[in-house]
Amino acid sequence: MKISPSKIISLLFFIFSGFYLYTAHQIQVFTFDENAAFNAKTFPIYLGYAGLIFSALYILLPETRLSNVDLSVLDYKKTITLVVLMILYGLTILRVGYFLSTSIFLVLSYIVLGERKWLWIFLLSFPFVAIFMYLLHGLLNIYLRDPFLQYIGVMG
Amino acid sequence: MIEGILIGLETAFSLKNLMMVMIGCFAGTIIGMLPGLGPMTAIALMIPITYGFEPSTGLILMAGVYYGAVFGGSTSSILINAPGIPGTVATSFDGYPMAQQGKAGKALAIAAYSSFAGGTIAAIFLLIAAPSLSKVSLAFRSPDYFGLMILGLTAVSAFSAKGHFLKAMMMVVLGLMLASVGQDTLSDIPRFTFQNMNLSDGISFVLVVMATFAMSEALTIIFKANDPTRVAKQISLSQLGSIKLDKNETKKMITTIPRSSVLGFIIGVLPGAGSTIASFLAYGMERNFVNDEEKQKFGKGSINGLAAPETANNAACSGSFVPLLTLGIPGSGTTAVMLGALLGFGIQPGPRLYQTNPEIFWSVIMSMYIGMVILLILNLPLIPYIARVLATPRTFLIPLILFFSVTGIYLMSFNNFDIYMMIGIAVVATILRLYDFPMPPLILAFVLGGLMEENLRRSLLISDGSWSFLWDRPLTVVIMLTITMIVTWQIYTSFGRKNTKM
Repeated sequence: MKISPSKIISLLFFIFSGFYLYTAHQIQVFTFDENAAFNAKTFPIYLGYAGLIFSALYILLPETRLSNVDLSVLDYKKTITLVVLMILYGLTILRVGYFLSTSIFLVLSYIVLGERKWLWIFLLSFPFVAIFMYLLHGLLNIYLRDPFLQYIGVMG
Repeated sequence: MIEGILIGLETAFSLKNLMMVMIGCFAGTIIGMLPGLGPMTAIALMIPITYGFEPSTGLILMAGVYYGAVFGGSTSSILINAPGIPGTVATSFDGYPMAQQGKAGKALAIAAYSSFAGGTIAAIFLLIAAPSLSKVSLAFRSPDYFGLMILGLTAVSAFSAKGHFLKAMMMVVLGLMLASVGQDTLSDIPRFTFQNMNLSDGISFVLVVMATFAMSEALTIIFKANDPTRVAKQISLSQLGSIKLDKNETKKMITTIPRSSVLGFIIGVLPGAGSTIASFLAYGMERNFVNDEEKQKFGKGSINGLAAPETANNAACSGSFVPLLTLGIPGSGTTAVMLGALLGFGIQPGPRLYQTNPEIFWSVIMSMYIGMVILLILNLPLIPYIARVLATPRTFLIPLILFFSVTGIYLMSFNNFDIYMMIGIAVVATILRLYDFPMPPLILAFVLGGLMEENLRRSLLISDGSWSFLWDRPLTVVIMLTITMIVTWQIYTSFGRKNTKM
C-alpha cells in the first residue's frame, strides 16, 4: 500500500498536535485560576484538539486532489548546501561580524548556484555589503556588531 | 470626512512620504515582477526597514510596495507568461498572446491603465465605505469578533487553498499554535517555551513572515529549478512595441473598467476572496458581456480579456483594506502581513483607528491613490527598462533574497537563535508548500492568534464558561451560519462531487 506524502505530513502533524496537547495540559496556571472559565491553557488545549481533528480527517478521508510532485527533478544538492551555508552564516554573524560573514555567505552562495562571473560575484558581495552597512550604520543609525571591522580599526 | 481627507493628504503629500510611495512602488514592481515573488514577500522584506520610520510613513511605504508588486506581477504575466502572483494569472490569458503578437507594449499599457482605473475607482469606494463601516463596526462585541476571525480564517482556507481545504485548516491551526508560544498576555505564564529564554517573548511575526514567504520562496525556486513545467518562455524584452492605444481599444477598455472595478472591490472586501478570485470572476463576467465576435478573441489577445482581470485585481487590493481598517481583521494574506506590521508599530487597527489615529487611517487611503498615479507616470515609460529585471540571473537573485531575510531578522534581535529558528521554519515551509499546504492561512492565523484568544477569553468569561455566546446575538448567529455554509460547501465540493462521479 502506497501512502501519499500529504498523508505522511498529516500524520506527522497529528503526532505534533498530540505532543502540543500534552504540553498544553502541563502548563502551570495559578491555583485561583485552575477552575476559571478561561485560563492560560484553555486556548492551547482547544488548538491541540483542532490539530488532531483536522489531521485525522485528512488521514482518514480519501484524497480528492493529489499533489503530484516529481521528486526526481528536485535539486536537493543545491538546496541543502544553501541551507547549510545559511546555518554557518548564522553561526558566524555574531562572532566574526556582519561584514565578513555576509560577504563570504554571498560569494559562496553565488558559486554554489553556478555563477562564474567573478567581477559580478565580487561587486555583489564585499562592496555591496559595505554600501549596505554604511546605509544602515552610517545613515539610519542602526547598530551592527562587527568584531572584525573593530579589530582592523574601520569601525569604532 | 473632508477634514480627515485633508489630514491624509497633508501626511501623504509630505516630501518624505511621497518619496516612500515612489520607492515602494518601484521596489514593489521589481520584486513583484520576479516570478514566484509576490506582494507578501515584497512587504515582508520591507518590514524591518519600516520599523525605523513613523507608523504612517512605514504604512505608506508598504502600501506602495503592495501596489507595485501587483503591477509587477502583471508585467511578468504578460511578458513571460509567468505570473508573479496568483492574482495576475488571468492577466496572462490574453496578455501573453498579445505579447507574442508583438504587442507587448500595448498589453503593458492596457494593464497599467486598467490597474490605475480599477485602483482609483476602488480607492473612492474605500474612501466612502471605510468611515461608514467603522461606525457600524463599533456595534461588534467580543463574540462577534471571535466569530469574524474564525470566518476570516475559514474563508481564506476555503478560497486560497485551491481545493485543499483540510490542508489549509491544518495550516491555520499550526499558525495559531506558533502564535501561542511565549508568555500568556494576561497572566504572564510561560507557554511552550521549554525553559528557553529566547522563546519567552514568543516568536516574532517578522521571523515567521520572512521564513514562510521570502526565504521559503527562494528555497522553492532553487528546489524546483530543474522542473520543466516551471521554465518560462522568454520573449524579446528589447522589442516591446508601441504603448499607444487607438480609439477602438480605448473604447473597449472604457466599457470593461467600471463593471470590473465594482466586482473587484466587492470581492476584495469579502474575507479570504482577494484578488485571485476577483480577477478570474471578472474575466468570466467580461466574456459573458461581450459580443460573439469579441468572445472568440478571448484567450488569443482580447483587450477586454486583459483589461477586466487587471482592473478587478487592483480594485480587490483596495477592497481588502476595508476589513483591515474598519474591523482590524485582515481578509487576505497580504493584509495580514500589514496587520502584523501595524501591531509592531503599536497600532491596533479597527473601528477606533478612524478616531484615535486619523492621520494613519486617511494617509493610507490617500497614499493608495498617490501610489496609483505614481505607478502610472513612473512605471509606464520605464517599463522597457524595468522589464530587464526579468533577465536577472537566479544565481544572484536567490542569495540576495536569503541575505535580506537573514539581515532583516538579525537587525531586529541580534540573536543567532532567531536566525536558526527562521531557517528551521523556512525548511519546513518549503516542504509543506511542495505538497500544496498553503502559507497564507498560516500567516493570517499567526497574526490573529493573540486577538482571537483575547476575544474568546472575554466571551467565555462574560458567559460564565458557556459557549452560548455563539448564538446569543443575531449578529453572531449570522457569522456562525456563514462559517457553517462555507464549511458545508467545502465538504460538498470535495467529497460530494467526487462521489457523484463515481
